[in-house]
Amino acid sequence: MTKKILIVGVGGQGTLLTGRIIGNYAMSKGYDVKMSEVHGMAQRGGSVVMQVKYGEKVYSPLVELGEADIIFAFEKLEALRYMPFLKKDGVVISNTQQIDPMPVVMGMAKYPEDILDDLKASCEHTCFIDALSIAKEIGNVKVVNMIMIGAYAAYIGDTIEEWESIVEKTVPKHTIEMNKEALRRGYSAYLGK
Amino acid sequence: MKKLMLGNEAIARGVYESGATVAVAYPGTPSTEITEIIAKYDDIYAEWAPNEKVALEVAIGSSFGGARSVAAMKHVGLNVAADPLFTVAYTGVNAGLVIFVADDPGMHSSQNEQDTRLIARAANVPVLEPADSMECKEYVKLGMELSEKYDTPIIIRLTTRVSHSQGTVEICDKEEIGLKEYKKDIQKYVMTPANARVRHKVVEERMNRLAGDIKTLGLYSIEKSESKIGIITSGICYQYVKESGIEANILKLAMVNPLPLDVIKEFADTVETLYIVEELEPVIEEQVRALQIDAKGKVLFGRQGEITVRQIKNVFGIEVESAAAPKALPVRPPVLCPGCPHRSFYTVLKKLKLTAMGDIGCYTLGSMAPHSAMDACVCMGASIGMAHGMEKARGKEFSKNVVGIIGDSTFMHSGITGLIDVVYNRGAATIIIADNSTTGMTGHQHHPATGKTLKGEDAYAIDIPALCRAIGVPNVVVIDAYDMKAVEKALREETAKDEPSVIITKAPCKLLIKEKWETYNVCEDDCTNCGLCLNLGCPAIQKGEKAARINEALCAGCGLCESVCKKGAINKGGK
Repeated sequence: MTKKILIVGVGGQGTLLTGRIIGNYAMSKGYDVKMSEVHGMAQRGGSVVMQVKYGEKVYSPLVELGEADIIFAFEKLEALRYMPFLKKDGVVISNTQQIDPMPVVMGMAKYPEDILDDLKASCEHTCFIDALSIAKEIGNVKVVNMIMIGAYAAYIGDTIEEWESIVEKTVPKHTIEMNKEALRRGYSAYLGK
Repeated sequence: MKKLMLGNEAIARGVYESGATVAVAYPGTPSTEITEIIAKYDDIYAEWAPNEKVALEVAIGSSFGGARSVAAMKHVGLNVAADPLFTVAYTGVNAGLVIFVADDPGMHSSQNEQDTRLIARAANVPVLEPADSMECKEYVKLGMELSEKYDTPIIIRLTTRVSHSQGTVEICDKEEIGLKEYKKDIQKYVMTPANARVRHKVVEERMNRLAGDIKTLGLYSIEKSESKIGIITSGICYQYVKESGIEANILKLAMVNPLPLDVIKEFADTVETLYIVEELEPVIEEQVRALQIDAKGKVLFGRQGEITVRQIKNVFGIEVESAAAPKALPVRPPVLCPGCPHRSFYTVLKKLKLTAMGDIGCYTLGSMAPHSAMDACVCMGASIGMAHGMEKARGKEFSKNVVGIIGDSTFMHSGITGLIDVVYNRGAATIIIADNSTTGMTGHQHHPATGKTLKGEDAYAIDIPALCRAIGVPNVVVIDAYDMKAVEKALREETAKDEPSVIITKAPCKLLIKEKWETYNVCEDDCTNCGLCLNLGCPAIQKGEKAARINEALCAGCGLCESVCKKGAINKGGK
């Protein structure tokens, strides 16, 4: 059975890198992997979506409406936006971070207040992670995506050690410890949901 | 060894493995990464050309010179390169020449969704269409062989979902090709009418021969089934058809121009109903219909945007997954980044209510709210010609409220000739060259005015103000893009003049700045919530109940908000 993951967020949040790490991990496990990325105009602070699919044989690189096993959101409004892509018994793992889109910044629209309740109401399996606060505790807001990857590792039921070795291979040497801590914090945040 | 690769990365790998040694391009989504990645191979000479026409001409010259060569561009780039394309089809090649053209169905990052296959048909250039990353790599090598065997340039047509999807690729070794001998051959390479008449015959014969050879070359595959349904498809649409799970006979075309009409006829004879699944124009469908074969295509799938698996399932009555209805949520369009140097002149353009002829780049985002300060945007370099045309239609007085806006890279690409036209034909246009020292939207590529080559070597940096003066522009003003007062002064003064002006707003793209900066804050006691700072459309400045707020995490320290605030409520660092 093909696993279908939708990684959503705001341009510049690091969704692309996250998708690539998850995809490479799936390939190292022997799966056929396809991923679809967004480049160009939408990257400039727009709503971005990255898709990762893996299984025995994957044809289309795209995840379509009602198909995603998991919506993996770096920003909560984006989680809600992509809910039509979630399958019936799918899972939502969302960062609780709020990034206001331009209409909200300008005061032309309101950022929905009850997003987390909305997500819970439409999905049985939700996990919310305050990745920005955790990242600030660790001392670098750039590790938000590693915290999210930690949550993903816990979701698919891998051991933390397996992922630590991936982190060691993918991030610059002097950031290994910080990234491993971020990974562990995300991992336990998911388990303690 | 297997590796996950973007389609574009796999193309680059294919270029390397094919033994090609020259690669030329102008960046354009979704094709940009091809040449960026090729540049990392030490064995290949790679360069950014000022535009796609030059890129293809360089690749043609190096092919004539005996090196396997490639050029890469997005679909609209092929329009720019159409002139050399149509005639290199006549001359043919010496060493292999492969042109990568990336179409953008659905217009993720483009101004139109033209279909490269139609241009290739008009130019009589063969087209291969890969369906995944592995095929991307293999088709480059295949393309090189076909190019040399049939003495023709070959186009490899990509689409966004092939270029920007990753899939597994088996890595192979590089083929050692070496240079081919260069032989002077005036009849073949000099396209005077007398020679071209001879070569046009060659073109027609070549395309007919290739069409007949597709079967023996195996440039297609057939998957048989018990079903009475037949589907002809190619590229990414093949993946969508397979993903849908439809039980059907599938003819997947690797070569989409010319088409293997004999294969298609045989295939059609084995099925009861024939469907064509292709994105954009009915290129396969119309040729199939011309064979008097009934086929359903565009009537079911349409010409616009991307085809989805869901759409295919619906057509064939396959159950689709239920999906929650989309909610009405605040949209999140792309925006000018915090600290973007383009923000200043858009704020002034809006204030002065100027009519702005725009161009292609990050600065096209100035057409979005809150600035909405762009009136037209058509193609690379068009801003200058359009500003001149407005003046010729409505006169010099009207023209005093018109500007053209063009970026530095776009100016290098195709703005210079427009500016020559303004000066030559006694225009009075005011042109803003938004010089952020990079090609921004495609991800920061160098160009002839940045002083660096694609390979990172030092290069002569074209002096844009000196170039404008050399063209004959009497008024060339260079200002700091973050100096709002200077921007407004320049715009007021230069638009009032009866002769051409160029205003160069200079400041490097904020995303290129690595040094730390001090952020700004709003003093709530001094803020009257007047909204002037909000008019900047900066994602870091937010409307508050009593006062505007600056999001420290987003603030890029450009200080535009400080300069527009009349109450002095916005200051660096302090509260």
